[in-house]
Amino acid sequence: MIIIKDLHKKFGKVTVLKGINLDFPDKGIHTILGPNGSGKTTLIKSILGMVIPNHGSIEFNGKKILGEWEYRNEISYLPQIANFPQNLKVKELFKMINDLRPGAKNESELIAAFQLEPYLNKKLGNLSGGTAQKVNIVITFMFDSPLIILDEPTVGLDPVALIRLKKLIHEEKGKGKTILITTHIMSLVEEISDEIVFLLDGKIYFKGTIDQLKQQTDQDNLESAIANILEGSYA
Amino acid sequence: MLKILKYSFFDLMRSRWSYIYFLFYLSLGFILLFLNQDVSKAVITLLNIILVLTPLIGTLFGIMYYYNSREFTALLLAQPIKRSNIFLGQFLGISLSLSLSLVLGLGIPFLAYGIFQSTEIFDFFTLLLIGTMLTFIFVALAFNLALIFDDKIKGFGIAILTWLFFAVIYDGIFLILMLVFDDYPLDNFALGATIFNPIDLSRILIILKLDISALLGYTGAVFQNFFGTSFGMIFSFGLLLLWVVIPLIMIVVKSRKKDF
Repeated sequence: MIIIKDLHKKFGKVTVLKGINLDFPDKGIHTILGPNGSGKTTLIKSILGMVIPNHGSIEFNGKKILGEWEYRNEISYLPQIANFPQNLKVKELFKMINDLRPGAKNESELIAAFQLEPYLNKKLGNLSGGTAQKVNIVITFMFDSPLIILDEPTVGLDPVALIRLKKLIHEEKGKGKTILITTHIMSLVEEISDEIVFLLDGKIYFKGTIDQLKQQTDQDNLESAIANILEGSYA
Repeated sequence: MLKILKYSFFDLMRSRWSYIYFLFYLSLGFILLFLNQDVSKAVITLLNIILVLTPLIGTLFGIMYYYNSREFTALLLAQPIKRSNIFLGQFLGISLSLSLSLVLGLGIPFLAYGIFQSTEIFDFFTLLLIGTMLTFIFVALAFNLALIFDDKIKGFGIAILTWLFFAVIYDGIFLILMLVFDDYPLDNFALGATIFNPIDLSRILIILKLDISALLGYTGAVFQNFFGTSFGMIFSFGLLLLWVVIPLIMIVVKSRKKDF
């Protein structure tokens, strides 16, 4: 579905991505892991066309994405930080997104599932972090797109909402969708990932299944396998 | 693009500042007409106010709107919408809502006064047209600056400086140069210098229209000499259009290369 070739990106003097080659096939949940500042968000934003790479190319369903926008019809994106226009009401935001991008399907079920009804008439600026994240999730999942990109979806969520989110991810996977997730919660990674990609210093350090990673690092759980890689890189 | 335009437009229309801007022009129009009883004098007074105020308000609103709606913009960028349409839509939304405040704010008192029976109707329309052009020009310039500077304070400061430059400093430098190089023929230089300041261009355009030679000033006189009244007006209007189009093209080019 997505083929990334030799992707480089610099912000000023800081080189964030140093030649990423990746291939995300159709279907399945791919988790992108890596320490802070390893380039996870930059990679995702490059796929979305929000960050313009210095070098390299990204193909989506066989077409280069540079300067294109129609392909984003097939992507639902959950941004890392839920930044919304502050003085808009939750209801108005949903209406606006619906207007800008027609084709939302299960908006009301999602609102019910995340218990957002009491907040519909509140302003987005007055929401708590977790509630804003729920709004964020509803906006992402209300579209039926073949590719779903989730950048740190669990931030600020309470346990109930987290279970709902996992259920949602499983349902979407069941429909045969491709899902990209970045997260720091290892239990979530172990629970849902089909494949993990480990970014380190703007390069791909590891790509494969969790079992392969455990084998390679000679550890028996994921958390210590990751810690093993990181300690190795700091030393 | 029309949907973005709609949201930006109504967003601003709901803002208190649009009403204050509108009420300012409304009261200004009524006060001028009731104090003066003379439409052409009122138009000249308005001219001086519009030449300073529309660029200032355009710059301020443009830069503030961009920085305040960064979250909204980020949300839009992840949707299937063309990049240039997002920024052009926002630009048009701001420019149109500000122009509407200007046109309605001044139009209502002048209509109440009976501008349609007056011979100055076309002068008045030229004035409104120029106010609108200046709004479009300075909102576009503000958007360019906002796209260059990610730092809000820096962008804001430079936007204000830009306005100050065109409204005040430019003329100052110009006058000093005229005094220093008094002995040389400066006609061509003066012409050239005018082209690069949209506020000067607007002033010349409206004064040529009003046909008040006492107010033309040096550049205006050169302009009239060189082009004649009617061609001078067309020429300066064309240049003002360029002043809108070029910053707009720059917005499209810059937005295409920017990371968000």
